[in-house]
Amino acid sequence: MNVLDFLITPAEACKRTGPHDQIVFSSRVRLARNLKGLPFPGHAKKADRLKAFEALMPAVAGLPQMGEAPFAEAMDKLSAMDKQLLVERHLISREHAAKNAGSGFVLNQEETVCVMVNEEDHLRMQALRPGLQLKQAWLAIDAVDSSLQERVEVAYAERYGFLTACPTNLGTGIRVSAMLHLPGLVLAEQINQIIQAVNKLGLAVRGLYGEGTEALGNIFQVSNQMTLGESESDIVERLNKVLLQIIEHEENARLKQVAEKPKVVFNHIGRAYGVLSQSHSISSKETMNLLSLLRLGVDLGMFGPTPKSLVDELFLCSQPAHLQIGHPEKLDAEARDAFRADLLRQRMKAVPGPDHTKVASKPE
Amino acid sequence: MRCQVCKKAAATVHLTQIVENQVKKVDLCEACAKEKGVNDPTGFSLADLLLGLGAAQKMEEATTATGAEVVCPDCGFTQADFKKSGRLGCSKCYEVFADGLDALLKGMHKGTQHKGKVPPAVRRTADVRAKLTQIETDLKAAIAREDFEQAATLRDELKHAKKAAQEA
Ligand SMILES: [Zn+2]
Ligand SMILES: [Zn+2]
Repeated sequence: MNVLDFLITPAEACKRTGPHDQIVFSSRVRLARNLKGLPFPGHAKKADRLKAFEALMPAVAGLPQMGEAPFAEAMDKLSAMDKQLLVERHLISREHAAKNAGSGFVLNQEETVCVMVNEEDHLRMQALRPGLQLKQAWLAIDAVDSSLQERVEVAYAERYGFLTACPTNLGTGIRVSAMLHLPGLVLAEQINQIIQAVNKLGLAVRGLYGEGTEALGNIFQVSNQMTLGESESDIVERLNKVLLQIIEHEENARLKQVAEKPKVVFNHIGRAYGVLSQSHSISSKETMNLLSLLRLGVDLGMFGPTPKSLVDELFLCSQPAHLQIGHPEKLDAEARDAFRADLLRQRMKAVPGPDHTKVASKPE
Repeated sequence: MRCQVCKKAAATVHLTQIVENQVKKVDLCEACAKEKGVNDPTGFSLADLLLGLGAAQKMEEATTATGAEVVCPDCGFTQADFKKSGRLGCSKCYEVFADGLDALLKGMHKGTQHKGKVPPAVRRTADVRAKLTQIETDLKAAIAREDFEQAATLRDELKHAKKAAQEA
């Protein structure tokens, strides 16, 4: 089946809402599992990899939690473009996109549960929710895992818990994470302090896009690092507490920037609007940074009734594979930059010019 | 400052983390950071990196203390493989390399004993075992107080429970 036909449109996907979604794009919980009696995928011979693949694909696709007619396909049956689309939607890892025969991918229609088969572990199962909903995501993936374990036997030891290829995932095999938009903390130059503080709690913070410490679009991912010696609900609870604090800091930083340096904030946002709506060639990097400012402007009330879902949709649609949709010939970087600008100019027509007088000037 | 992985290029990516009051630092060049997946949201964790650097040595020291090279009998994995990939080969590897792993896990996680979810089947077995123990205790108590009617009931119950446990 064609990935594009199955996937929810970007417009629809971005309309989903959840608690704190001004700052938290999405919450996800991932579990790593392996089959009992078979070597881990990275060290398995082809025959063993296929054995795992053949046992797991129908077992996963047939789970009640995967609903009616889920998407289930072998990685070698997907085109490079399909794989890239899935990466841009955060449904598979880059590593998994590089996999071929013997690896697979299963996704339910609502796009709330996805499973990678034969990634680094036999199973990487994820539940996704919009906004801050870590507990809901954990409960959802826990149910998937429990019903799958009625069908296949997984590698488990009393001492070490669920056994994973990498010792960093051992025990619960859980990775709880949230994707955050933190333009306020970046503008206020407080982001590094926050990152250090969060690191001290044994949690990881990193830019979702971009090289090194640079975070394109001011988008950050916070996740747990430790998986052994602590229960899943404790990990979820701890991360949730930290996220609520980050949200508070981000809200305060925005209010403070607007109160103390309104010209700087309005200047950034106004220029972002200008470039996004008037350029004829624009890189992915510049686009993400400007869209971040546009989203901040929407949150501050500068763009009237413009929904932030429009900005989120543009984030998604300006990624390389999404731009490629509808173009049979492979676009090079130059052509993509032109098409990206065309798309932005077209869609920005729906956004009224920025009005800074609509911004509440004093923190309540 | 040199990159800790290739030991050639200048380190431009610096990562710090404090786990259990231990400061851990990694300095990498742009190329190695990329290769190690530092920029990949789904692939990277600092522990992963550390694993590829110092921790593998710790494990090697622990396992070579016994002399001979340790090889996993199930999958043929060796310490050299671990050092190269930072991954293990199969479930059995966790038993084979247990001595070295413990030191490594201590620095990486909150503890070395799993405290999370138990597979449903394992939990059920444990429940059955707990039930058997309970009946046996009750039975002994009934016999001690010479309540033979109760003891007979419990004996039947025990027989059924044992049979059910075997069939499960
Ligand atoms: Zn290097
Ligand atoms: Zn092994």
